[in-house]
Amino acid sequence: MLNININGMDVKVEKGSTILEAANKIGLKIPTLCHIPEIQKIGACRMCLVDIEGNPKLQASCTTPVVDGMIVKTNTKKVRDTRKFVLELILSDHPTACLTCERNTRCELQTLAAELGVDIVPFRGATSSRGKDNDTLQLNYDGSKCIYCKRCETMCNEVQTVGAIFSQKRGFDSEVGTPFNLPFKDSVCTGCGQCVLNCPVGALKDNENIDEVWDAIYNPDKITVIQVAPSVRVTLGEEFGLKPGSIVTGKIFAAMRRMGFDHIFDTDFAADLTIMEEGYEFINRVKNGGTLPMITSCSPGWVNFIETFFPDLLPNLSTCKSPQQMQGAMVKTYFAEKMKLDPKKIVSISVMPCTAKKGEAKRPEMGRDGYSDVDIAITTREFAKMIRQSEIDFLNLPDEGPDDPIGISTGAGLIFGASGGVMEAALRTALEVIEGHEIKNVDYVGVRGLKLDGFKEATVSTQIDGNPVDVKVAVASGLGNARKLMEKVQAGEADYHFIEIMACPGGCIGGGGQPIPTTTEIRKQRIEGIYKGDKDMPIRKSHENPAIQVLYKEFLGEPNGHKAHELLHTHYTQQKYYENLKK
Amino acid sequence: MTCCNVDVGKILKEYSEEKGNLMEILHKIQNSSKENYICDDCMKKISDYTKLPLNKLYGVTSFYTMFSNKKRGKYVIRMCESCPCHVLGAEAVINSFVDELGIKVGETTKDGKFTLEHCACLGLCAVAPAVMINEDVHGNLKPEMVKDIIAKYE
Repeated sequence: MLNININGMDVKVEKGSTILEAANKIGLKIPTLCHIPEIQKIGACRMCLVDIEGNPKLQASCTTPVVDGMIVKTNTKKVRDTRKFVLELILSDHPTACLTCERNTRCELQTLAAELGVDIVPFRGATSSRGKDNDTLQLNYDGSKCIYCKRCETMCNEVQTVGAIFSQKRGFDSEVGTPFNLPFKDSVCTGCGQCVLNCPVGALKDNENIDEVWDAIYNPDKITVIQVAPSVRVTLGEEFGLKPGSIVTGKIFAAMRRMGFDHIFDTDFAADLTIMEEGYEFINRVKNGGTLPMITSCSPGWVNFIETFFPDLLPNLSTCKSPQQMQGAMVKTYFAEKMKLDPKKIVSISVMPCTAKKGEAKRPEMGRDGYSDVDIAITTREFAKMIRQSEIDFLNLPDEGPDDPIGISTGAGLIFGASGGVMEAALRTALEVIEGHEIKNVDYVGVRGLKLDGFKEATVSTQIDGNPVDVKVAVASGLGNARKLMEKVQAGEADYHFIEIMACPGGCIGGGGQPIPTTTEIRKQRIEGIYKGDKDMPIRKSHENPAIQVLYKEFLGEPNGHKAHELLHTHYTQQKYYENLKK
Repeated sequence: MTCCNVDVGKILKEYSEEKGNLMEILHKIQNSSKENYICDDCMKKISDYTKLPLNKLYGVTSFYTMFSNKKRGKYVIRMCESCPCHVLGAEAVINSFVDELGIKVGETTKDGKFTLEHCACLGLCAVAPAVMINEDVHGNLKPEMVKDIIAKYE
């Protein structure tokens, strides 16, 4: 342990800690812009400068390791003046059009300017000529707002290993961009949105679809049907000041009703449906010698990733559509038939933790007879914005439920929101179906939790047709971890039966469409919320969901049957990247 | 079919796949192209060969002014824009090039012969202001010398 004195307070820290980490330990909030705890320490923005005794120059606390006996001051006049000066320099090239910016009142740069008391921007000169991208389904880019903190770049390259963006050009023209400044849609971008989640300003944001949703609500000829994803109920509260992990399920449905949606459903129902289809698909593959390991396909960022980087493993991918698409398909077929509605008049809307869902909804194979399963996908952030636009006092709403007949859900559907959840939900159903009797303990804790580096593994013993089988499973979240796992599978070093992959670290609770900020600590709290919600559910296994049972009886027939295949399954194609380069 | 008519495969085979060879590979491919650039298709092949993702490879080629991903003229005129050249009248010299060639900095003449560019320090401060035209150095320049220099290039 090393001793350091910060602002007169003694702190003990482990060897290798930075001054910033030591300061955080005693509750000091040193300002940062380019720092991502545990992920990016580059000392680029110079906001975290501190005064180290014996050192003539101020040093970046995020990159300077603690030396035993160090004496540091973080809030002297020199430090404050210098930080303010640095910020003024950053602002010299910034539009400062805060009122009309997406991140107004939620911007790290704006907050710092207020905290450091920047009252004018003293330096005004040339402005950068960085481009814009309004052409991509999942996200928008406005380079003029970029402060070059490189957080997006690190998420894209180091954490997600997608490599769509990187620092380009030099000097004043430097920018983070795609090769040849292509629109994101023509790059290897998976649309995961981790860059958006980490942008301190409004340079990267959702490609917003709020206006389309309002238009549908106000159009008397349209029937709006909305669904909300499992993870949104433990994150949306943060947009209204609640603690991460607070469960606001009832208020979400109440808000939707007041906003004027005609029919309100829960994607948790479709998550149960996914488990039925995916669980039976898994059993079939194991029993009939199908391609193993089977890999989950709920995460559209992940599907884009495997289609781009591991096309040889596409036969391993479950053919099941994601819950969003299954719900959409059921809305426009089963529900429309039952309620005698014209599916062409239905506008199917989803509230998702995800920017990639916007792309998934627009995939041409996701629909039939000229209409899509899901017409508009909005993120948690966009939905929160809509609630604010609706003059709804969200926190004081009563708790309400979704509509019948496809509103009932289970704990198994809910845990889809966290990494490991799909696996656990699938095991709850598959093992019971395989063994043919009730399994009392359905907590498969081995697959739970946040694992930022590597993947989770578990082995579950069962019997298939009288023979004992050890079912080996693996769970990875974050595309960098997914890549490691897939390389293992490719090399033949993995004898798993079943693999769950989520594109975003921690699963959907850390999705690219979730409230900002989303830190490691916040991800953990959201995961706790998910499993608390699961424990409190009266039904915790998908196949016991009475609405699911009725759906199969009345409409779908057998899981994996003909009709189910037609409506609930899909196919994948290799995405050839940078194909359009040959000009 | 490669769009810059460079046999990339042959050049790449001369080098092992390690990243340290990248700069040499880029130079060799660019010099083999009649239009003094590295085309997008070559970029993709270099990326596949060196296992350096395209975003990072473009980061390299867009960082160094010596490299270009856009077609350039047969001769690239690189006007040093560092301090010593600037102080000794680089601006008047480059204006003279602009007038003679009828193009702006960054452009290529219609006949595809010359491209005019700024570049970082050429290390020729002793003979500032200086330009490089492809591999040739021209120093101690005065605006009135530009016409004769251009005439030397066929």
